[in-house]
Amino acid sequence: MLYAILSIFLVAAVAPVVHRLTGRASGWVLGLLPAALFVYFLSFLPAVSSGESIVLVWPWMPGLDIQLSFLVDGLSLLFALLVSGIGFFIVTYAGRYLQAHRDLGRFYVIILAFMGSMLGLVLADNLIALFVFWELTSITSYLLIGYNHEDKDARKYALQGLFVTVGGGLALLAGIIMLAMAGGSWELSEILNNGDVVREHALYLPLLLLILLGAFTKSAQVPFHFWLPRAMAAPTPVSAYLHSATMVKAGVYLLARLNPSLGGTDIWFTTLALFGAVTMFTGVFLAFRSTGVKKVLAYSTVMALGTLTMLIGVGTETALLAAMAFLLAHSLYKGALFMVAGILDHEAGAKDFLQTGGLRSALPVTAAFAILAALSLGGVIPLFGFVAKELMLEAVLDAPGLVGILSLFAVLTAILGVAVAAIVGIRPWFGARADTPKTPQHEAPVAMLAGPAVLASLGLIFGLGPGLADQGLINAAAASVQGAPVDGYLALWHGINLPLAISAFSLVAGGLLYWRWEQARRALAWVDRAAEYGPEKGYFKMMDGLVWISEWQTRVLQNGYLRYYVIVTVAMTAGLVGVTAQLFEVSVGTLHFERLQIHEMAIIAILVASMLFAVLTRSRLGAVAALGSLGFTVALVYVLYSAADVGITQVLVETLTVILLVLVLFRLPGFLNLSSSALRVRDAGIALVTGGMITLLILSTLDARLFPSISQYFIEESEPSGYGRNIVNVVLVDFRALDTLGEIFVLALAAIGVYAMLRFRAEDRR
Amino acid sequence: MNMHSLILRTAGHFLLPLLLLFSVFLLLRGHDEPGGGFIGGLVAAAAIVLYLFSMDTESARKVLRVDPRDVLGAGMVLAVLSTIPGVFLGQPFFTAQWWEFTAPVFGDIKLSTVLIFDIGVYLVVIGSVLTIMLNLAEAED
Repeated sequence: MLYAILSIFLVAAVAPVVHRLTGRASGWVLGLLPAALFVYFLSFLPAVSSGESIVLVWPWMPGLDIQLSFLVDGLSLLFALLVSGIGFFIVTYAGRYLQAHRDLGRFYVIILAFMGSMLGLVLADNLIALFVFWELTSITSYLLIGYNHEDKDARKYALQGLFVTVGGGLALLAGIIMLAMAGGSWELSEILNNGDVVREHALYLPLLLLILLGAFTKSAQVPFHFWLPRAMAAPTPVSAYLHSATMVKAGVYLLARLNPSLGGTDIWFTTLALFGAVTMFTGVFLAFRSTGVKKVLAYSTVMALGTLTMLIGVGTETALLAAMAFLLAHSLYKGALFMVAGILDHEAGAKDFLQTGGLRSALPVTAAFAILAALSLGGVIPLFGFVAKELMLEAVLDAPGLVGILSLFAVLTAILGVAVAAIVGIRPWFGARADTPKTPQHEAPVAMLAGPAVLASLGLIFGLGPGLADQGLINAAAASVQGAPVDGYLALWHGINLPLAISAFSLVAGGLLYWRWEQARRALAWVDRAAEYGPEKGYFKMMDGLVWISEWQTRVLQNGYLRYYVIVTVAMTAGLVGVTAQLFEVSVGTLHFERLQIHEMAIIAILVASMLFAVLTRSRLGAVAALGSLGFTVALVYVLYSAADVGITQVLVETLTVILLVLVLFRLPGFLNLSSSALRVRDAGIALVTGGMITLLILSTLDARLFPSISQYFIEESEPSGYGRNIVNVVLVDFRALDTLGEIFVLALAAIGVYAMLRFRAEDRR
Repeated sequence: MNMHSLILRTAGHFLLPLLLLFSVFLLLRGHDEPGGGFIGGLVAAAAIVLYLFSMDTESARKVLRVDPRDVLGAGMVLAVLSTIPGVFLGQPFFTAQWWEFTAPVFGDIKLSTVLIFDIGVYLVVIGSVLTIMLNLAEAED
């Protein structure tokens, strides 16, 4: 499993090389990887569909309880199969769709990295690992939306998507930490069995709200739905992958995943069901209003995400079964339709439904599969979408509460959904031949047709044989969402009942709406004006505010005068230390001046003398030299107390610091006394207080020992477990190597920072 | 920047290889005796800086052959890579791996991911110090 996920990142790293070597065939070559992974995941199917869940563990940082562990059960396997299966079609599709794009190599890198992150996210058992993969999907999707980075809008909306999802990610992090505290473990597999403990815990409400915030932003629930249609600035394969099948479903995945431990409470039910229902209706309403091909599809995705959230909230067995079936149905038809949208753009140059019409003779194969997928979207018998929709209606009618509101939204959504399906399935293909920007010369290439063909056909196959889907995986997936085995099953024909009647009614009403589409859109023109006051307005206001605050704080805090930086930093430190010392009534131990040796007194004398000289001298070089002597004397102290390594380091660092200062000194103007005496008194005061405070701190730590010193452990363990006699080095590179890694990162950043400052200043001057 | 000092130039020429050798010596013996990647890196950087002072930035760059930023990057990569092998042996990330063997001339040799990590630190220190120093010195001109 670890290798499976690692392999994607490794292949992503070499993808540009593969692309250069294989040229036109690169999509097929790189598609081998997701295909292989699909087969690999398929091998888990027999065990998982018989109800097993498999946990695979790799220790990572056992000291912090962080491990790389993977959980394979119905839910995660369903997602993994979708991600790798649709991923295969996307990679091959993109190979043709973006063939002429000069950055196709870069595209492969990011889309494969995204695929790896998404697989990691759905398979992770450890919460921290899950969070890391979650953020990775946000970052890679940012790069994908902004793929055409020379386009201003692409950059802007990529950033918007990033801010919304990463902002939610921060909330999620806090929520996850609380969840681990409440559940007593970082492992999902353990937390999910501890549902009662979590639900009874005092932190339940805050952690629930934080996690919901994370899931809702990622899955574009109202009021965060605005970023998803904007993300259509991405190339079409990206939209087909991220915004239909995978990334936006991550939020839904999280809700489904945590249902056994968080679900079942009133607040869970109310929040999810209401937000889901509102999102579902908003999505389908805006889809009906839009004319852009990708925009219609994006808004109908918002509808699907709302439906899924609502069903998970309702939480009955039927609802969860419906959620999983709907998830599968939606991934199949929406993936297919987005790829069709790409074909429309690629072959006919059409990006808007109003530009299209009568294309079925020019693109007969595309049309056939588009219609098949649209039928599933509309929930027409005998497609899989119908099975899912029937079950959804049944679940809503049997909901444990709010039946009236939820049913109303569900019926309205079903009607508009049919109309949207008609827009997608009829408008471009039938009627009078419209003048598309480009006249289609030929049918789309195989690489681009394969995806829609297979995905749309699967919608028909699962529709005719729902047993294939539920016996295979849907039941197991619903069981892992419910946290208990599921008895229900999927069926094409439920007999003549209320859901069927609603379906039939919605077909007729939706058909009528489509017939009057133009009039209906005109009648709804006020929505555009209202939308100016929508949540997106709030987002832009917030961004403006953020920029304003950072400009203000830059003016005040980052004012460019080193002396103020130093004063603020030093005074803050002294203040915080002082307050803490007051609060905890820190006491200073007794000092034994009589034990001072003569050579120690000499060292102190040198220290004090060089310090005084540095402060009083009127020569900069003199001050630098005095500071140097101060440093060397400190090194002497280290050596006296037999810390040879520290002493050597101190000497070297001092040497280099003096050299650095000398290099800088050349560039300063002559020495002048510009500070008034009042300012100098203030500076002296701050310096004295800070110095005193630090002295106090050190003296008090010498006496107060809350824990036994760890140095004894290092001394004892250095040779047996670190294989080294130099304890300082063993600590640096073995015992505390993680700290060292952090430090060299800081060092590198500092160097790059200095480099950038020097270079950019030089360029500015030119 | 040239100090135009014959003594300094001559000394710089002779001291550079010696100091570099010494820095590698410090790096390699660091695990058992005073030394290590950090100290070794500082000595090596100081050696180049001495050369820089005795000659000029151009010849310092020439003697270095590669851009110090690349040294920095290579060090980071080495340090990060050294943390990974343990994972493949089913141990926690960052667990040190040791390979001890006896070579005909050198005697007992201890190789380890710790050493790789330390070499990474060594390179990062050299890279950082020299990136700063060389650019500061060049900004001078």
